[in-house]
Amino acid sequence: MVRRPGGVIGVAMVGLLVGVGLIGPTVAPRDPFAIDGPSLASPSGTYPFGTDPLGRDVWSGVLHGARTSLLVAVTVALLVLAVGTAVGMAAGYRAGWVDDILMRITEFAQVLPRFFLAIVVIALFGPGLDRLIVVLGLTSWPLLARVVRAELLSLREREFVEAARADGAGTMRIVVRELLPNALAPALVVLGLVVAQVLLIEASLAFLGLGDPNAVSWGYLANQGQRVLRVAWWPAVFPGLAIVIAVLGCNLVADALNDALGARR
Amino acid sequence: MSGTAPRSDPVFQIRGLTVDFVGPSGAERAVDGVDLGVRPGETLGVVGESGAGKSVTVLAALRLLPEPPARVVAGQALLDGTDLLTMPSGELRSVRGRDIGMVFQDPFSSLHPSYRVGDQVAEAIRVHDRTVSRSAARARTAELLDLVGVPHPTRRAREYPHQWSGGMRQRAVIAMAIANGPKVLIADEPTTALDVTTQAQVLDVLRTAQRETGAATVLITHDLGVIAEMADRVAVFHDGRVVETATATELFRSPRHEYTAELLSRRAGAIGAPSTTAVLRAPPGPPVLEVEDLVKHFPTGRRATGPAVHAVDGITFTLAPGESLGLVGESGCGKSTLARTVVRLLEPTSGRIRLDGTDITRQGGADLRATRARLRIVFQDPSGSLNPRRRIGDAVAEPLRIHGRHRSDDGRRRALELLDRVGIGAALAHRWPHELSGGQRQRVAIARALALEPRVLVLDEPVSSLDAPVRAQVLDLLDELRSDLGLAYLLISHDLTVVRQVCDRVAVMYLGRFVETGAADAVCTRPEHPYTRALLSAVPVAEPGARAERGRIVLGGDLPDPTDPPSGCRFESRCGQSIARCATVDPSLTHRGTDHECACHLVGAPTGAAP
Repeated sequence: MVRRPGGVIGVAMVGLLVGVGLIGPTVAPRDPFAIDGPSLASPSGTYPFGTDPLGRDVWSGVLHGARTSLLVAVTVALLVLAVGTAVGMAAGYRAGWVDDILMRITEFAQVLPRFFLAIVVIALFGPGLDRLIVVLGLTSWPLLARVVRAELLSLREREFVEAARADGAGTMRIVVRELLPNALAPALVVLGLVVAQVLLIEASLAFLGLGDPNAVSWGYLANQGQRVLRVAWWPAVFPGLAIVIAVLGCNLVADALNDALGARR
Repeated sequence: MSGTAPRSDPVFQIRGLTVDFVGPSGAERAVDGVDLGVRPGETLGVVGESGAGKSVTVLAALRLLPEPPARVVAGQALLDGTDLLTMPSGELRSVRGRDIGMVFQDPFSSLHPSYRVGDQVAEAIRVHDRTVSRSAARARTAELLDLVGVPHPTRRAREYPHQWSGGMRQRAVIAMAIANGPKVLIADEPTTALDVTTQAQVLDVLRTAQRETGAATVLITHDLGVIAEMADRVAVFHDGRVVETATATELFRSPRHEYTAELLSRRAGAIGAPSTTAVLRAPPGPPVLEVEDLVKHFPTGRRATGPAVHAVDGITFTLAPGESLGLVGESGCGKSTLARTVVRLLEPTSGRIRLDGTDITRQGGADLRATRARLRIVFQDPSGSLNPRRRIGDAVAEPLRIHGRHRSDDGRRRALELLDRVGIGAALAHRWPHELSGGQRQRVAIARALALEPRVLVLDEPVSSLDAPVRAQVLDLLDELRSDLGLAYLLISHDLTVVRQVCDRVAVMYLGRFVETGAADAVCTRPEHPYTRALLSAVPVAEPGARAERGRIVLGGDLPDPTDPPSGCRFESRCGQSIARCATVDPSLTHRGTDHECACHLVGAPTGAAP
């Protein structure tokens, strides 16, 4: 996977997101909310990414924003993985009416307008990362469930499953030990794409001012910056670049994963 | 046919062809300076193990190999003196399919699934000559299909490939290959995916096709029997080189190269010769496996009451400890269903299965699990029956884990022992299945079946996906394991030579029923049932002219519809000797001497028995 140039770049980008997300806030030189320098100072040694109209340090903002993005990405990914795999495995292995019911639910979840729903929830319950994560998590799993189901539908017809049954293995064992390891690879590919979308939605909401007011987010920074875009490019461009790197990285990793795993089968 | 090759110049010639495959770890030579030539009307047999470079040579000569990874390093492929390798690709396209007809191994993938068969044949004509009108092409298609022995060609031409059996599809492919009167006909393992009976039919068709077109034929196969039957001259491939070229008679009589001699010595004992393995008489005592009137029907519709496929329709047999019973029949006769039903992977519709006297027909839960440890199955395709994401050492130990004996039995050590027992070094234990060869994988599958110390092993076509030499090794291993461990085998195969080599007794199955059972030697040397006789005569023998001496019966047509088996004898529709009674009265198995039973009216009931 790392042999392909796309894969290398993708892994580097995602690595950057994870690394900065983990240590960024601790190494950030300033409080991202603190009005601390001259207004709209251009990038320099003191302010690598310049300052925004209120004189806040954009570099520190981007570092702190990485944590928000990472937090959203990881928690939503875990939620999606848990719900999507469980639903997909049950539907794909049991087939029949279980499949029918689960797939109708999946379709229902899939047609929910995610972005709109997130706005409604925030309008009703006020902005906050926790509810954002729950909403995105509970609406992003259908694609994964479908992929896992499709994999299982074909995997369960394979002879090694029959061999396991002939060994005396029970249903749970077959699903968890025989089928899941084989279905996980394509699931991870989809997960990469889902996470990329989730990052974009989070940034978009924050851009519209619907993000958590207590957490710095790249979308929020970009929004602050776009108001002065004609005067100063840096407050909008650097957070925007960070979003691009994170989203593109997830996509590239998913693609490379897809190629690498596809070749082995 | 052999020995009378016309003395003209070769129409198709490969000279010094060298092909590399370029991978991440550098270039690997697949074909190394190969010279071949074939004259009009002649059949050149190309034989060798898989991976020897047979197909690569021919595909490279026709520029059908994807480049990269393939790279033709040197050589020429001359058709009537013109080099195909330097020809502009537009011109080459018109040569392929017109001057050179091709038949590939897999008739299931060489026809387009969503076009009618007739349209595909007509397309093969019209693509090279647009002046042929549609109706003329259709008429010619019917002619061609008739030539290759498709019954009711005009009607069947309107059907889609999935409505055709494998043998019929291969006929259609041959019809396409000869549609434009090619100078060269290339057949790459044309019968490998087919049953012996179908193989005999298709080889006949190939012969007809060659006679009609006078094409120079290149026949690629790993089966020496097919070579002996078809080829005038033979080229033996080994490691990307031609190690020997000779006329077929010469090659079989006095091979010059040691590899050829080795190949010839490894061919399975011809039917009719006494079996090489000592026949272990089953020790007296209670049978280990008893199957009584077993029936398995598959409903075809949603409702259970609708028409059902009668896959297994009343099978009775017993298996003594240490005994091995071979089950033969064409594909679709229900052998694999029987295997799966016996080991309780499929629920029997009715009947009874006993293992060591215990009725296991309706067992479930812990009882069934205990049964599964003693009654094991080995599947046909080891690349499918091993989990691709589990290392082979773990795969062998997995049954122990399932039965909670991994810790108590020291699973890791036991897995290594078993791998060693089947001839796979412990060093390979942490390889993935895809890193092993087909033969090694089947050994792993066998080791896996042995892990729980079973009493009975059901082997479903255990060697049919393997090359001849590897096949012989795996059969030897099975033989050895049986005598060492006292296992009883139920071995299923479409190949009588395999069954002959390993089994004490043979049962011949046709459309869900046994038509003949008996001692392996008796059934193979003195077959009674017309179907058994046809099966035996269809097996190609690796001895030029041998089949002509034995006389042969080529079965017409395909198996009847299993949802609606014939009311009388099931074989009646394809039997050349049927009498009036056959159409109405279903014959039952009757004794034909000690341990030999046959279900046929012609063979007659024992004297004094009621009809």
